[in-house]
Amino acid sequence: MDEYINRGRRRFLTVTTSAVGGVGIIATTVPFFQSWLPSASARATEAPVTQSLKKIEPGQQLITTWRNLPIFIVNRTPKQLAALPGQNPRLVDPDSKNTSAHQQPAYAQNGTRSIKPQWLILIGLCTHVNCVPTYKGQMKPEPFDPAWQGGYYCPCHRSRYDLAGRVYKDVPAPKNMQVPPYHFVDDTTVQIGVGPKDKA
Amino acid sequence: MTSRWRHWLEERLPGLTRMIRRHVTAYYAPKNFNLWYYFGSLALLVLLNQLVTGSFLAMNYKPGIATAFDSVQYIMRDVNWGWLIRTMHTTGASLLFVIIFLHTFRSIMYGSFKKPRELVWLLGMLLFVVVMAEAFTGYVLPWGTMSFWATRVVVALFATIPVIGPHLAEWIMGGSLPADATLNRFFALHVIMLPLLLLFLVVLHLTALHEVGSNNPDGVEIRCGPKGNRWGKHYPADGIPFHPYYTLKDLVGVGVFLLVAAYIVFFAPSFDGWFLERNNAVMADPLLTPAHIRPVWYFSAFYAMVRMMPSFAGTAVWGPIAMSGSIALLFALPWIDVGPVKSIRYRGTGYKVALGIFVLAFVGLMLIGSNLTDVLFPWLFGANINLTKWTMIFGRTMMLAYFGFFVFLGLYTHLGWEKTRPVPERVRARG
Ligand code: HEM
Ligand code: FES
Repeated sequence: MDEYINRGRRRFLTVTTSAVGGVGIIATTVPFFQSWLPSASARATEAPVTQSLKKIEPGQQLITTWRNLPIFIVNRTPKQLAALPGQNPRLVDPDSKNTSAHQQPAYAQNGTRSIKPQWLILIGLCTHVNCVPTYKGQMKPEPFDPAWQGGYYCPCHRSRYDLAGRVYKDVPAPKNMQVPPYHFVDDTTVQIGVGPKDKA
Repeated sequence: MTSRWRHWLEERLPGLTRMIRRHVTAYYAPKNFNLWYYFGSLALLVLLNQLVTGSFLAMNYKPGIATAFDSVQYIMRDVNWGWLIRTMHTTGASLLFVIIFLHTFRSIMYGSFKKPRELVWLLGMLLFVVVMAEAFTGYVLPWGTMSFWATRVVVALFATIPVIGPHLAEWIMGGSLPADATLNRFFALHVIMLPLLLLFLVVLHLTALHEVGSNNPDGVEIRCGPKGNRWGKHYPADGIPFHPYYTLKDLVGVGVFLLVAAYIVFFAPSFDGWFLERNNAVMADPLLTPAHIRPVWYFSAFYAMVRMMPSFAGTAVWGPIAMSGSIALLFALPWIDVGPVKSIRYRGTGYKVALGIFVLAFVGLMLIGSNLTDVLFPWLFGANINLTKWTMIFGRTMMLAYFGFFVFLGLYTHLGWEKTRPVPERVRARG
C-alpha cells in the first residue's frame, strides 16, 4: 500500500491548501473589523462652529461643542491672569514647549495660551483619559490644593490644570489641555475650527 | 418504564450516560473539601441566573442612546416584575465577582494552579477577563452618566498606547465619543458574543479539571495515593463520588447563598450605591463629568493602579501597563510560584506572610479606587492632612506590595529559600 502514497505531493497539497484557506479566513475578518470604524454619518460632524462671547461674565466659563468635543471658553479676570506666571514652577510644561499632536496652534503658544489674554479657549478633555475637567475658577483653598489659584480639577483621576489649561506636576495627566484652532470674527464672536490665517 | 426510555436514548446517544458517569456519578473528588470549595458551583449558579434574567431583560431593553435609558426605567416601573428581574441581574453581577475573587483566592492558597492544573488555572483566568468584559459592557447599557463616563475612561486606557492608541479608541467606539454605534455594539457583545464565549470557557475549565481531578485543602494528589474504596477497587481511596455527596453539599451552599442574595435583592437592591450607583440613575450627558467618579467596586483595585501611576516621558500609558500587568502576572503564577508544596497548610512562614500582605494590598487598593480613603484618612489622621499626597504615598506602597508579592514568590521558590513543613501521605480525615 505504502508505495502508492506520494508523500511529497500530499505534503505539498496540505501546506498549499492550508495557506490559501488561512489567507481566505484572514481576509474574511477584514470587513468585520472595519465595520467597527466610524461610519460616514459619524464622520459628517466636522464643521467649524461660531460662538458669541457677549453673555460670558468675567470669571465665568461657557461650554460649547465642536466635532462633538466639549469646548471651554473662559472670560479670565485680570486677577486670574495675574496669578498665571506664579504657577510656572509647579507645572509640567509652563511655556507650552510641547508642540506635538495639536497641543496648541502657534498663535496660542504664549504665557496665556490664547490669542487675546482675556479669552481662554480649550478642548475640554483631560489629557489623561479624556474626562471633562471641572471648572474651579475661584482662587480659594480647595481640599486637593490649599494654595489653589483657580483652574481645572478632573474628577476622574484628580488631575489639575491652571487657568491656561496647563497641567500641574504629579498628576496622572501628562500634557496641557489642547487649544483648538480658532479666530475672532469680531470683538465678541469667535469661530472654532478655523485659525486666523486659514479663514477665507 | 424509565429503563425502556433510557435504553432507547442510550442506543441513539451512547455518549450521554458515559458523560454523566464521567463528570457526576463516577467523578471521584477528594473527601476533604471545605467551605472554600463552594464557590465553583456557586459561580455556575450565578452564571445561570445572569443568562436567564439577562434574556428577560433583553425582551424589554432597547439599545440606542435615545431609547436605552428610558427602556431601563420602563423595566423598573412598568414591566410586571421588571424590577425583580433587573435587580436579580445587577445583584448577580456583583455577587459573581465576590464569588470569583474567593474562588481564585482559594486556588492560590491551596496551590490549585500548580502542576497538573495549570490549564485549569489559565482557563479560569481567561474566564475572569471575559467576566470583566461582560460586566463592563453590561454597565454601559443603561446609558446613565456613569455608563457614559466609564466607557470614556476605559476606552481612553487603550488610547494611551503610543501611535496606534487613538485609532484603536476610535475603532472601539465607532466615533470620537461613545454614541449609538458604541452602545449597540456593546449590547451585541454583552448578550451574544461574550456569553457564548463564557459558556465555552466554562465547559473547557471543567473538562480540564476533571481530566486531572480536583485538588483539595491538603494539596495532596488523591489519584497518586492508595486505590480502592467501597465503590470500586480502582478508584482513589480518598475520593468520594461527586453525586450524591458533593451535589448535596453544594446544595447547602446554594441555600445559604440564596438567603444572602434574596436579602440584597429585596432589602438593599442598590447596596447603598455599591451595586447600583446613584449617578447612573441620571441620563448620560457628554458635557458633564459627575463630580464623584468611582468605578463599580469590583474594578476599584485595578482603577486605583491607573490613578496611582504618574505620567512620564510624555505619555500616560504607565497606568494601563500597571493595570494589565497586575492581571498578566496572575496568569503567569504557575511559573512564578514553583514551590513543590501546594497547600498553605504545609508551606513556609515567608509564604504565609507574603500572601497576607498581598491580600491587604489588594484591599488597600480597593479602598483607594472606591474613594473610601477620602473619608478614612481625615477620620484617622485629622481633617487637615494633605489628602492628595498621602493617598499617593499609601497607594504606591500598596502597588509595590502587590507587585512585590510576585517578585518575592519567584525568588523564594526558584532559589529554594522556602522551608516547608512535612506533607502528609494522604489527606487528613477532617478538612
Ligand atoms: C465564571 C467563572 C467561573 C466558573 C463558573 C468556575 C467554575 C468552577 C467549578 C465548578 C470548579 C470545581 C469546583 C471548585 O473547585 O470550586 C472550578 C475549579 C477551579 N477553578 Fe474555576 N470557575 C470560574 C472562574 C475561575 C477563575 C477566575 C479562576 C482563577 C484563575 C478559576 C480557577 C479554578 C481552579 C484552579 C480550579 C481547581 C480547584 C481545585 O481543584 O482545587 N476559576 N471552577
Ligand atoms: S481623566 Fe482626568 S485625571 Fe484621568
